[in-house]
Amino acid sequence: MTEQLTPAPLKMAARNVNVFYGEKQAIKNVSIDIDNDHVIAFIGPSGCGKSTFLRTLNRMNDTVAGARVEGDITLDGENIYDPSMDVVQLRARVGMVFQKPNPFPKSIYDNIAYGPRIHGLASSKADLDVIVESSLRRAGLWEEVKDRLKDSGTALSGGQQQRLCIGRAIAVEPEVILMDEPCSALDPIATAKIEELIHELRGRYAIAIVTHNMQQAARVSQRTAFFHLGTLVEYGVTSEIFTNPREDRTKDYITGRYG
Amino acid sequence: MTSPVPADSFAKRTPTDWKGQAMQKRIARRYASEKRFRLLGLASIVLSAGFLAFLLISMLGNGISGFTRTEVGVKFTFPIAPMVIDPAMLKGPQAEQVLASANLPAVTAQAADQTLGKGGEAMISSNAWLTVRDAIRKDPSILQQTVMLYLPASADIDLAAKGHGSPSAEAAYARLKEKGQARRAFNSTFLTASDATDATQVGIWGAFKGSLLTMLVTLALSFPVGVLAALYLEEYAPRNRWTDMIEVSINNLAAVPSIIFGLLGLAVFLNLMNLPRSAPLVGGMTMALMTMPVIVIAGRNAIKAVPPSIRDAALGIGASPVQVVFHHVLPLALPGIMTGTIIGAARALGETAPLLMIGMRAFIATPPGGVTDPATVLPVQIFLWSDEISKSFVEKTSAAIIVLLLFLLGMNSIAIYLRNKFEKRW
Repeated sequence: MTEQLTPAPLKMAARNVNVFYGEKQAIKNVSIDIDNDHVIAFIGPSGCGKSTFLRTLNRMNDTVAGARVEGDITLDGENIYDPSMDVVQLRARVGMVFQKPNPFPKSIYDNIAYGPRIHGLASSKADLDVIVESSLRRAGLWEEVKDRLKDSGTALSGGQQQRLCIGRAIAVEPEVILMDEPCSALDPIATAKIEELIHELRGRYAIAIVTHNMQQAARVSQRTAFFHLGTLVEYGVTSEIFTNPREDRTKDYITGRYG
Repeated sequence: MTSPVPADSFAKRTPTDWKGQAMQKRIARRYASEKRFRLLGLASIVLSAGFLAFLLISMLGNGISGFTRTEVGVKFTFPIAPMVIDPAMLKGPQAEQVLASANLPAVTAQAADQTLGKGGEAMISSNAWLTVRDAIRKDPSILQQTVMLYLPASADIDLAAKGHGSPSAEAAYARLKEKGQARRAFNSTFLTASDATDATQVGIWGAFKGSLLTMLVTLALSFPVGVLAALYLEEYAPRNRWTDMIEVSINNLAAVPSIIFGLLGLAVFLNLMNLPRSAPLVGGMTMALMTMPVIVIAGRNAIKAVPPSIRDAALGIGASPVQVVFHHVLPLALPGIMTGTIIGAARALGETAPLLMIGMRAFIATPPGGVTDPATVLPVQIFLWSDEISKSFVEKTSAAIIVLLLFLLGMNSIAIYLRNKFEKRW
């Protein structure tokens, strides 16, 4: 099975990563690869560290007081925890979509345009318009909002807000997109739209998604990593994990024995 | 797993009697307590509204007459002997000098004596000649005519007109009124003049301008400093013993009696830094010390109330911490910060004690031209007038209070307008 795991060029690699919150160790010795061609899903019971691990990949854990990361995480071979790594640029390259849709209380247009503006990605207003439209199209939201780009992003429905957040993330042309339970606050129809979107984005961006929903992991991902109590229990091809897990703990979790 | 409670304890419990007597009584008690609470709440609202209404009505009742004055009609039959004035000169460039050297006070006194009989000079304000001067300046042609000019009455007559005069003044006023030589008019002097020893000549403009300048200095210093301090403490400072200590100190600072700030201003700004005494600059700096902690506390709470998800969102697409703060946190916290600023500024505007310490209680008869000129402020002016022996200052005091309240109202309205403008809903 392992030979199937590394056919595509590596985008991000984590090696022997440990994360501590003060004294408490939240992640124990986790190694994982992320590439462009395969969506990777992190599953596991609440508090298993999957979100923590996801947030170490773009150093969002830096904002948590007392958080400490050991081990190597590389983006295109560069260690992202190296002092020479600019964390602001890293977060532009490794975008993030959060559990709760969190559009800025600004217009739809400004929500998308904010990232390109602060990174200087557009040279003119027309340029910016193009970026906004293409980002919204790619996020599958353009047809719904093209006539009301001036409306507040917070006036959209939950599912639309989440797609707006995805559009906002891809507007800065990241290389990796991290999604932290992006559908947990959405209804099944909105969820289906997001999952469809993930399928379309795959290949262009490396995508890692944390989810509580096993069916979702099975539907959207090609690789699955099962976390339990801070350790990576099993990591492999999604279909294998779901049909023929090697570990008993994985099997128990997938079959709903706990979690 | 074994539990300390026997497994069958639930089975042994008698079913709850939801319709029983005890239950009905409990429900009745609950309703009664709710009703009590509602009534008490309503009563406190009515009480505070009543206090406010009483304050406003009594102030208006006392103060509205401060905006009016009694005027006495005096007939001038120009040309009058002691006055040497050539109407043609008034069109020239030396008009002011000509007017100044025209001996108008004597002319006015003489005309008053002639028109009002013996003692007429005492019935008009000692500044009445200014009104004559203004009339001549406005229309020089009256120098060839006989005109009736209405001049401000003296304090005694004015008091008599308002029903508080001495018997002799009341009699004099009654005589004037009988002859139709007295009238009530709007007291424009009150809005344009500054402090004076004679109640008929006092005005609020000097104190108003002093308050305005002091407020400007206060806000210019305390708002940026307070907001930056709040932002730094909330967004950047690490949580440790030092920041805890700073937080406690700031909270204590907000509770320090204002007179202490006055002493501090006296010691530091006047004695140590040798800044000008009685100036809005020093007053504003002292008030800024007082206002800043309020802004910091309100600002921190407002910043804390900005949802962390917004910070995450901005950080997540690669905004730098400064961009997060200035593009997202500050705009969202601004309405709350404004509220704190309103409270702080309103407190500073009504503050008297610290300004007494730095010399803003001096008698200042000219409005300040800048922040370094000697000035007084509205509450100090009110305090000074309330201390005057002359009864005619009572209505001036009330009138000044009305002006102060209007000033406060205006300032709050601006702040509330700004707050609503910046308020974002999501």
